[in-house]
Amino acid sequence: MGREFLEGNEAIARGCMKAKCDFFAGYPITPASSILHYMLELVPQAGGTAIQAEDEIASMGFCIAAAMAGRKVMTATSGPGISLYSENVGLAQMGETPMVIVNIQRQGPATGSATKGAEGDIQFTRWITSGGLPVIALSPATVAEAYELTYRAFNLAEQYRTPVFVLANKEIGVTKESVDLDAIELPPLVERKKVGRDQEYLPHRFERLTEVPAMSDFGGEHIARYTTSTHDKTAYLTTKPEVIQEMIDHYAAKIDAAADEIALVKEDFQDGADVLIISYGIISRSAIVAVKRARARGAKISSLVLQTLWPVPEKAIKSAMNGIRKIIVPEMNMGQYRLEIERLAPDGVAVVGVGKMNTSLVSPAEIERIGGLL
Amino acid sequence: MSTTEVAATRYTTYMTDKIGPLPFCPGCGHHMIIKSLDKALVKLQLDPKKVVIVTDIGCIGLSDRYFTTNAFHGLHGRSITYACGLKLARPELTVITLKGDGGCGIGGTHLLNVARRNIGITLIVGNNFNYGMTGGQHSVTTPTDGVTSTTPWGNVEGPMDLCGTAVAAGASWVYRATMFDKDLADVMARAIEQPGFAMLDVWELCTAYYSPRNRLKKADLLELIKSYGLEVGLLADKPRPEYSVHYREAYEAGKSVIKRKIPIEKEYGNSVEKQTGIVIAGSAGQKIKSTATLFAEASMLSGLEATQKDDYPITVMTGHSLAEVIVSPDRIEYTAIESPDYFLVISEDGLKRARPRIEGLPETCTLYADESLELPETKAKVVRLPWAETAKKIDRLSVAVVALATVLQDTGLFPVEAFASAISKFQKAKIAEINVKAAEAGAKLAVG
Repeated sequence: MGREFLEGNEAIARGCMKAKCDFFAGYPITPASSILHYMLELVPQAGGTAIQAEDEIASMGFCIAAAMAGRKVMTATSGPGISLYSENVGLAQMGETPMVIVNIQRQGPATGSATKGAEGDIQFTRWITSGGLPVIALSPATVAEAYELTYRAFNLAEQYRTPVFVLANKEIGVTKESVDLDAIELPPLVERKKVGRDQEYLPHRFERLTEVPAMSDFGGEHIARYTTSTHDKTAYLTTKPEVIQEMIDHYAAKIDAAADEIALVKEDFQDGADVLIISYGIISRSAIVAVKRARARGAKISSLVLQTLWPVPEKAIKSAMNGIRKIIVPEMNMGQYRLEIERLAPDGVAVVGVGKMNTSLVSPAEIERIGGLL
Repeated sequence: MSTTEVAATRYTTYMTDKIGPLPFCPGCGHHMIIKSLDKALVKLQLDPKKVVIVTDIGCIGLSDRYFTTNAFHGLHGRSITYACGLKLARPELTVITLKGDGGCGIGGTHLLNVARRNIGITLIVGNNFNYGMTGGQHSVTTPTDGVTSTTPWGNVEGPMDLCGTAVAAGASWVYRATMFDKDLADVMARAIEQPGFAMLDVWELCTAYYSPRNRLKKADLLELIKSYGLEVGLLADKPRPEYSVHYREAYEAGKSVIKRKIPIEKEYGNSVEKQTGIVIAGSAGQKIKSTATLFAEASMLSGLEATQKDDYPITVMTGHSLAEVIVSPDRIEYTAIESPDYFLVISEDGLKRARPRIEGLPETCTLYADESLELPETKAKVVRLPWAETAKKIDRLSVAVVALATVLQDTGLFPVEAFASAISKFQKAKIAEINVKAAEAGAKLAVG
């Protein structure tokens, strides 16, 4: 296609189609609505179905069921909608449903400022549902990454049979950039692991806790079952504590054990640096500018940009902390991811948060000033 | 499997006793509903792999696992959404939803919308006037004066007519039955055979809570229906195209209008040596955002990188509209503009929103403003222009084009021709014609 001037929301829709999405359901909400518009045009062109649901709960219900019937599905919303997705996210986790959930974050809480950006849903995403199972969440910083990470989110959803979040922001979703999507390198598409026609189908078959069960579509070669209740590997309700525990351990283990494989980070380390900026999302771009300016002044400083937020890329973060005495964590919230960094930082290392939630971006100058780089 | 073997397969039941007997109280109407559904499936001889029983929470939600078909058991009140998802994903499936009156309350919007959309699922409601699973609380169908755990002095709320509601919402097939109807299985088979949405509302007894508390017996059920002035039997039979069929037809009929995208290749040169920030402040409805996009696309036609970040209220045609465009020979990181190089103010709305920023502009910035505006004190170099007057002679909606063309001509960032070229490439011919004129007129205003 060549160079285009695109907003992040369109890049998300295009990344989704590149991953062969063939089902979308969503409900209008600023600043995510244009994803719904793009998908309603693009999905039928690929032979699939896209629908504006009656609300966010129905969007999730349609998507979960369509995914279990063999479709590759995505839905998109913003903070208020994510709140309504919450209960069904638990269902999707428990039913081991591959799907992609896009959150174009905006200023909250509640209605907040519909047309203004924020990144206030970071810990909410981690603990999104009753039961507290681990989630996978990717955070793009640019329009190009919105495309790439949406595509990758589909691969992760298939590989780990779980809902995967794309945590973007109004500042990416409806900001336009010059970009060439075809120039972005993508990994091969991960195909859904299916149960053979002649094999017996257990909806949640695993030998090791970390094993991801193969699927069979509703309406396919086997009788399929799905349930919101505590269940065993056959998806029949169970009340046996040891079976319930095994299933809970399985949902967590398959994601936790793969944390290093899921980890996507961008390292820009400088020899002898004792200051490190850890950032993600749109604010990582302010961090990059702050690092560039500090180096121009002769400072030694490293940068770690996280594209995977959940599970926490602990190995990459810990290794970036080598020799570091101060870590600056700029965020478009009041310090949500800083909690994870503080947890991982060795004793004696100062962790300085630079956060605000007033609808404006954290600027490079604010990082320099509050982070003590001047 | 050979054809003869397939023909020989005859299903005598769609239920399994593998997990024991049905879990319902003695005399509960759910027994009749489940057994009738089994008989209906036997009558229809459907492939169990192509049938899905969908349930949610409530006593009747326990029943999906007693069937040998596919089974989907979801969140309280949301079974219709899963059923619709399955049917939309695979229209060839027979999708049957079993739901209680409680589920119809919490998921009321899904009932309205599946009826309106005519998605071809079958909805069977086990309507026993209260929540049996959570302790006999009142539901949307509890009769007025009915005693439940949450209406200890009698229900002061009115009951909802589920069938009437579905009919009003446009359901194509609606039937009211009771658990005692001799032809219940046949009626269910008819409901399942409907290509569009079909709803069967089965009034029944809850022998644990509602019936004993309100002395409701078999004979009283029909009396209750009569007392409301309601009918039993077929209440709507108005077939229309099923959703997925209609969806595909609409797409096939409309797809010829799909526009193909055009890549942006370098056609012009530029004089931009460093990252340059341009803010344009005007009113919603003045095409600020779309014109800023054309400007950015023109910069790309001139070989530059660009970003555009907008600021606008939730309203569409009123209030301010600001666009911040950065053009740069290199990759752009921070997308907001810390220190604008060029600041354009087109209208009073834009001025009002941008006033604090204008007051803080440095002397390195040039502030271009419509001559009608009263500007605050600023260190920026000020240039005043008759933009609104000029645009009025062409089209008042072209004022942003006029303004940006003036600035391009004045600064020489990249050629005005690139701007005109972007307009011609990306806008509809009629609008492009007007805007190309506006760009020429805007360029003429430049002071140099």
